[in-house]
Amino acid sequence: MANPFSIARSSEGGLTVLALEGFLDAHTAPEFEKAIQSEIDGGHLQLIVDCSKLTYISSAGLGVFMGFIEELRERGGDIKICGLSPKVEQVFEILGFHALYDIVGDVPAAVQRFAESPVKQV
Amino acid sequence: MAAIENTFTLDVPSTTQNLALIREFVSRVAEQAGLNETEVGELELAVDEACANVIEHAYGDDKTKQVMVRAIFDEDTLRIHVIDTGKGFDPTQVQEQELKDLIARRKTGGLGMRLIKTLMDEVHYDIEPGKRNELRMVKKLRK
Repeated sequence: MANPFSIARSSEGGLTVLALEGFLDAHTAPEFEKAIQSEIDGGHLQLIVDCSKLTYISSAGLGVFMGFIEELRERGGDIKICGLSPKVEQVFEILGFHALYDIVGDVPAAVQRFAESPVKQV
Repeated sequence: MAAIENTFTLDVPSTTQNLALIREFVSRVAEQAGLNETEVGELELAVDEACANVIEHAYGDDKTKQVMVRAIFDEDTLRIHVIDTGKGFDPTQVQEQELKDLIARRKTGGLGMRLIKTLMDEVHYDIEPGKRNELRMVKKLRK
């Protein structure tokens, strides 16, 4: 498998969009971790993670979302998640992510959510 | 007449790089056993979680070790056995904690096992540290 996982970075109205493609498992999760860390280091604390091209996620991938969320929210930032396929969404659901993360349909909806609620209250 | 059992075995070096190969193997067998697309996806995830536990915890990322995945199906069930000779990390003993508490403590432990228990019909574990540890998962086949 030549390119099992990739991340495309872009900006949307001052927010950072990380578009994930391929599969996010214990092997590829460190790359995602590095990408988020680099955003935090650069002072970009409002992150949209677009999963519309993500074909697979395991708990290692979900662990990345969990690892940074407290720090981001403490500093006034957040991660909004969008574009989940039914297969990927099932995993988020089983582990109860919907109660703790803003999960919306697409990137514009995520931008909107940041405008309405910059930090999710849990 | 006794039910015909179909057995498939994959034996790979213990590295997370091989998780994709393991998922592919399990998916193909599951399709042959007659699981639908959703069930194949669930099985793939459960086996990935079990093998990731072995690679990272039982073997501590030692690439010289081997992870064996055996898939057996008959008319009624598809059974997956994940076998290692590592230090006998028992994933069934990992306590389930609230997601919120895990985040607060910056831990992710136990999520994989929670997924396995949710996605599979039965989960058993035989442990002989350093000799042979076997996680057995069962998915019932719908008629």
